[in-house]
Amino acid sequence: MSEDLKLTILKRLDSDGLIESTRVAFKDVPEETVLGALKSLESQEKVSYKTLTTEFWTIEPEGKDQLENGSYEARIFAAVPAGSQGVSMKDLEAQFGKVAKLGQGKCMAEKWLKKDGDMLVRLVDSVVDQVKANLEVVNAEGMHPDPSVIKDLKRRKLIKANKILSYAVKKGADFSTELKKQATDLTLEMLQSGAWKSSEFKKFNFDSLGVNAAGGHLHPLMKVREEFRQVFFETGFEEMPTNNFVESSFWNFDALFVPQQHPARKLQDTFFLIDPVHANALPDFWERVKDVHEKGGYGSIGYRYNWSEEEAKTLVLRTHTTAITAHMLHKLAQGPYRPAKYFSIDRVYRNEAVDATHLAEFHQVEGVIADKNMSLGSLIAFLDMFFKKMGMSNLRFKPTYNPYTEPSMEIFSYHEGLGRWLEIGNSGMFRPEMLRSLGLEEGVQVAGFGLSLERPTMFKYSINNIRELVGHKVKLSDIAANPACRLDKKMGREAEQQSAAVNKI
Amino acid sequence: MPKINIDKKDLFDYLDNQFDTEAFRELCFEFGIELEEDSSEKGELAPGERAELKIDIPANRYDLLCFEGLSRALGVFLRREDTPNYRVVPAKNPYRITVAKECAQVRPLVVGAVLRNVKLNADRYKSFIDLQDKLHANLCSQRELVSIGTHDLDTVQGPFTYEARRPEDIKFVPLNQTELMDGRRVIEFYESDQAIKHFLHIIRESPVYPVVYDAKGRVMSLPPLINSEHSKITLDTRNIFIEITATDLTKVNMVLNIMVTMFSGYCAEPFTVEPVEVVYPDGKTIVYPDLEQREVLTSSAYLNGIVGIKKTDAEIVELLRKMSLDAVVDGSSIRVKLPATRPDILQECDIAEDLAIAYGYNRIPRVQNNEATVGAPLPLNKLADIVRREMALAGWTEALTLSLCAHDENFAFMRRVDAGDEAVVLDNPATAENQICRTLMLPGLLKTVRENREQPIPIKVFEVSDVVFKNPALERGAQNERHACALYASDEARFEVIQGLLDTVMESLNVSH
Repeated sequence: MSEDLKLTILKRLDSDGLIESTRVAFKDVPEETVLGALKSLESQEKVSYKTLTTEFWTIEPEGKDQLENGSYEARIFAAVPAGSQGVSMKDLEAQFGKVAKLGQGKCMAEKWLKKDGDMLVRLVDSVVDQVKANLEVVNAEGMHPDPSVIKDLKRRKLIKANKILSYAVKKGADFSTELKKQATDLTLEMLQSGAWKSSEFKKFNFDSLGVNAAGGHLHPLMKVREEFRQVFFETGFEEMPTNNFVESSFWNFDALFVPQQHPARKLQDTFFLIDPVHANALPDFWERVKDVHEKGGYGSIGYRYNWSEEEAKTLVLRTHTTAITAHMLHKLAQGPYRPAKYFSIDRVYRNEAVDATHLAEFHQVEGVIADKNMSLGSLIAFLDMFFKKMGMSNLRFKPTYNPYTEPSMEIFSYHEGLGRWLEIGNSGMFRPEMLRSLGLEEGVQVAGFGLSLERPTMFKYSINNIRELVGHKVKLSDIAANPACRLDKKMGREAEQQSAAVNKI
Repeated sequence: MPKINIDKKDLFDYLDNQFDTEAFRELCFEFGIELEEDSSEKGELAPGERAELKIDIPANRYDLLCFEGLSRALGVFLRREDTPNYRVVPAKNPYRITVAKECAQVRPLVVGAVLRNVKLNADRYKSFIDLQDKLHANLCSQRELVSIGTHDLDTVQGPFTYEARRPEDIKFVPLNQTELMDGRRVIEFYESDQAIKHFLHIIRESPVYPVVYDAKGRVMSLPPLINSEHSKITLDTRNIFIEITATDLTKVNMVLNIMVTMFSGYCAEPFTVEPVEVVYPDGKTIVYPDLEQREVLTSSAYLNGIVGIKKTDAEIVELLRKMSLDAVVDGSSIRVKLPATRPDILQECDIAEDLAIAYGYNRIPRVQNNEATVGAPLPLNKLADIVRREMALAGWTEALTLSLCAHDENFAFMRRVDAGDEAVVLDNPATAENQICRTLMLPGLLKTVRENREQPIPIKVFEVSDVVFKNPALERGAQNERHACALYASDEARFEVIQGLLDTVMESLNVSH
């Protein structure tokens, strides 16, 4: 059938020289079919064509009602008897429903009716239903000679605009009235038989999509984890064994010098366990920790409250991977001093309210540097280098408070696209009360820094709701389509914003 | 982080600098507080409405929780003023609070102080009340550890007593009320008060309630709930009596010190406080407030080393002055005198942070000097990543599901019975989805398939992650286990497909049949 159409088009061009409008020439053929035939002919350079767009108007359902039954205002006018008595709005509403109000308003505007108390009274003897007449013209012709009429009917939502596509067709460079069958592929058989020598080949369509390369996919968050891991390995960090979600309050809080009265240790913020409830022992140095809380030590006055062994034994889902850092530092302290760098990227838990950007569980990235030469200046220099590898090269630092670090800093990076500073992480030097009770010798300084993994991932991939990234509600097609992670390159929204910013200058 | 609202004009007038918003934001950034919002930036202010700054304060800085403290701290930081010398002026006949032995049953501690000849106005009064609210909420642990009572000294008569009596024996008219109530009626009455109902549990079940009396036997307060109507502070009050009851000795002193240092600026003799003696049941007498005359001994070597700068002793002393810290050089050491407004300073490292702030975090030379170290992955993670990669290469898609789940999802729905020795159970979960830690990976993948039903079949998903098992033999009572799980969903179950994946993964791990 479409082969017939193609031949017809060619023959028409041959006899007439050109086709002015396919809509006229092929009135009963659907536009897509005509376009398909033209595209096919054009790919063989047999024709060339231009698209013509014309507008025509159709009657909407509400317009159809007024076309058949008269406009609202005409109907209302007709329902108002002649004479000074008129009719009440109530009666009209009873008779016409909501049409009454609409029609009455128009009648008042046209000065066909006037209000006399509660009654509507005729101002003129008769009216012409121009709206109905206009609709009749549009219905027949698809348009109206007066553009203001079109505007008015469109505003009242009685008519709708439609586009008709049509095509003007000319002979192409390789015009002929013959349609040769084109081969769509080169086959082994054609090579073997020699048929390829006389075949005409259909041109490749580079504008279409190829066949989907079926394969597997890694999860977006894990791709970002891999990028971070790379940077940690490049800068000499050992990965910590964080495969322990359940932790005792001792390691999660007390050993980190977080006092037992701290609000973060309350049920609202932390997941406590009811089975099991307590750790079955505390590590052998627990009394050092108790003392530094209760009485102070290592130059500190401590918190001076009554420290509870039972409280320290309560089990929680860790609120940060810093609990594991404490384990590692304690282990490091068992041997002679050596500089060390540790990192981890793993799950932590907060019993806080969930919303679009927060779940009860998320992944924390943590880095730790133990070195006798560590200072705030060298920590800042290290963070400069670390984040530069991830495309963030303009950092600023703000004093902040953490119970277990002092000095502490919030890390900010300048985002060119947004034109402002964004907080990207937290850092600080661990307190001596913590380090010395873990057994590290005086003079060994340990710095730590951390951030969440989800936040930069959502930012990088322009994801607004965390449930589109983590959990069972994530669409598998989104995982499949998710691009590779390059932290050192701008992607998606970042790239758009950056080029927008550049263009603004 | 606690937030405070500060009148913008009052603050800028005090600092004699009408900062533009960016400049003030910079100052806050450098000092370590955060300007969250300037109400005049949002749009036109209503007539008569004053611009307000909403500022985030670090949780350990109780001296920045009110206008008086913040403005003073910034004034000192900008070197417009020196930190005041807060002092206790001895009184010939100091007021006394005698503590009855029954108090030990419910709320053992009380401290007090007097602010003489103060001048209050509406703003100062509001600030006074707001600071008490903020301290109650944070440092005082919702009044449980410490609670503050303030009174017009001229409406009561010393000496005072702090007792614990049966609720029905305590009768007074509470603040802003007209009804005479006893202890029981007070509890009943405040059940419906949105603010106070949260504190009733602190004393409700006790056979005796704590109560502060004056010499005429009039109730001044029923801690930690409410003060009396007759001793209340008004704008005309000239002499303020502060009594603070508590269960925590360290905190009650901190709170008293903050209250008097913040508001003694309004005394006729600024920054002076009149002492109060507290006589305990064992006869011991302690004079309050102690206005913590603490000292921290440090050195330029230590401070420079922590910050990463090279300043002389004299330069360090100058810089610390910006942070309200008075320091003197003593041989090779530096002696830092701590004002009573800085209970957050526990030792040298706290001084180092203040020095770094005074110097400017972003001016510190960025010099890296730590030793090189060798990196290494955790072997378990390396193995898990190999398995993940092989599964993805085989054409499967990785999911990342939640490790907390509902009990049924891990047991009943999987046709398994819970013998009670397997899963870790969470206390007070906010939602049913967080009842236990998973011991299986499969429910997470099944839920993933459920949420992806409209995707084309076959659906091939996998996940390699941790589950958690109880283990009473271990110190933490539980352990993680790394599991690999894969799920094939289609219109046919096709066991051979999942079997094939397992074969592929095992081969990649060099495990033969």
